[in-house]
Amino acid sequence: MAVYFAFVLGIGAALKRYMRTSTDYFLSGRAIPAWITGLAFISANLGAQEVIGMAASGAKYGMATSHFYWVGAIPAMVFLGVFMMPFYYGSRARSVPEYLKLRFDEKTRGLNAISFAVMTVFSSGISMYAMALLLKLLLGWDFTTSVLLSALIVLVYILLGGLTSAIYNEVLQFFLIVFGFAPLVFLGLKDVGGWHGLAAGLRQVAVSRGFAPDAWTSTWSVMSTPASNPMGVEWISIAMGLGFVLSFGYWCTDFLVVQRALAADSMQAARRTPLIAAVPKMVFPFLVILPGMIAIASTLHGGASGLTLPHKPDGSLNYDMVIPLMLGHYFPSGMLGLGLTALMASFMTGMAGNVTAFNTVWTYDIYQAYIRHGASDRHYLNMGRIATVVGIGLSITAAYAANRFNNIMDLLQLLFAFVNAPLFATFLLGMFWKRASGHGAFFGLLAGTAAAAVHHGLTLPVGSATGIKGGWIAVTHLYASQMAQNFWTAIYAFGICFVVTVAISLATRPRAEQDLKGLVYSLTPRLSAAGERWYARPAVLGACVLAGAIVLNFIFR
Amino acid sequence: MGLDIRIPIGSLFVILGALLAGYGLLSNPAIYQRSLGVNINLWWGGALLAFGIAMLALAWRAAAARGRAGREGVGEPDPFG
Repeated sequence: MAVYFAFVLGIGAALKRYMRTSTDYFLSGRAIPAWITGLAFISANLGAQEVIGMAASGAKYGMATSHFYWVGAIPAMVFLGVFMMPFYYGSRARSVPEYLKLRFDEKTRGLNAISFAVMTVFSSGISMYAMALLLKLLLGWDFTTSVLLSALIVLVYILLGGLTSAIYNEVLQFFLIVFGFAPLVFLGLKDVGGWHGLAAGLRQVAVSRGFAPDAWTSTWSVMSTPASNPMGVEWISIAMGLGFVLSFGYWCTDFLVVQRALAADSMQAARRTPLIAAVPKMVFPFLVILPGMIAIASTLHGGASGLTLPHKPDGSLNYDMVIPLMLGHYFPSGMLGLGLTALMASFMTGMAGNVTAFNTVWTYDIYQAYIRHGASDRHYLNMGRIATVVGIGLSITAAYAANRFNNIMDLLQLLFAFVNAPLFATFLLGMFWKRASGHGAFFGLLAGTAAAAVHHGLTLPVGSATGIKGGWIAVTHLYASQMAQNFWTAIYAFGICFVVTVAISLATRPRAEQDLKGLVYSLTPRLSAAGERWYARPAVLGACVLAGAIVLNFIFR
Repeated sequence: MGLDIRIPIGSLFVILGALLAGYGLLSNPAIYQRSLGVNINLWWGGALLAFGIAMLALAWRAAAARGRAGREGVGEPDPFG
């Protein structure tokens, strides 16, 4: 572990001498090759919540959790690389909110920048909080020590090397996470008797929970009605809510991930970034979902070595313990150190990604836009460093707030979900419909957020109390699960935002066409792929990746 | 970019792999009951070591190619450099 931390800080120090301008600091001077930005692209999203949460979902819902990858992430990443990246990278926007400013107007950018900045600080705080809880459990460290130690490490390496340092560390952490968790899957599978043993165990799990025997091992064949699968969703909400609205909204508009592609050294590299990232993303389910499936099969069916999930105080199984439990159960000392380091690395990538996105959006989209316009580049570089310190300081505060008032965090995450749900409609119309106007985008976003809130207020997952789970206006519809409610909230928010944006755009004046060159599909010259080797062309890469995802969906149908 | 990322990645995994494999050779075999009788430290340490060496080899090859290209003034740009 000590070796790893020395390396993390060493990279920051080695990169310090390259940080001369604000572009170096916030966008890595747009000089990083595609395979590095590609790995950083997925690594920024491979925070610990992802690892622990996906393993927990693997135990709770089985193989169908892979919908988050093979229906959710992959198509969205291909769309980003093939269709959207030319506008982000080509417009020379330095951030996603800045693209909104160029395409629409100041108020749309302001709305997006402020909600995004607040969101990153809280996500980074929640990441820190989760890590501190886990370290307390596994190593007996106290809350304050863990929070301050992790904050200090992330602070030092970002302060020194900016985005480049964050990206380099993300690539390092990517390999560490893969190498730390792969043996876990190997030993776990060996323990339950290979894939056949696992499938047999999961059939018993499914039957004992009252589902068809293949409910834990298949993805599509159990999606005909919400009652036939443990997720409580049906295929249309998976395809539309998760696949189309939520995943495209996250992967195509979240600056946290898009920032990695903007750091690439050329348009081609920027477009290849999400496509390269999609390849390892496709096999991640085997790394993060399988451990959950192994743990539940072993707990209920009895694995050879007696791995058993602990219970929560209320008697239900504590699914979040899948990864920590399996690390302790299968790894001897030596490997255990590597596994714990990988887990800590995943917490820190989660934090660092949020902090680098925060300092950029704060400096370019809030400070430069509204507080101090037209200062020297050196001034903004220093502001970026200050924003890094302040951002981490705020994250620490958020971590303590999460520790004290758990409900506030739930409430905030709910609000963010409302704000994010309609975003993709705005970008889709902005990029592909030249008539869309600034007023349309702004009020469309507000209407979409309001629609999300109202839908949440009118519906409730079965068996929940009204309040934070929904139904706070009146209960007009019951969903089979919270996940189904989330997916439908997103579908409504997207639909309302789309309709309102179109209606208001038609009633208001559009921007002059010459201002929209490079920002809208129909007014941008097609990029010529000539001169690139055929296999490196974005469309070819994208098609291969999609074909791979379809094959996987078919194999595990 | 100034620093070839394969150097820190390669060095980290060479060190981690060597530590792990070394520990695997010296440690009491009884601790591998947990890992179902597999000496996971030795095997996985070896795998990490091989990965680290491969990364370093790629970085050195790229540096050598850049050096040659620099002397001759021309040459293929390194796709990963």
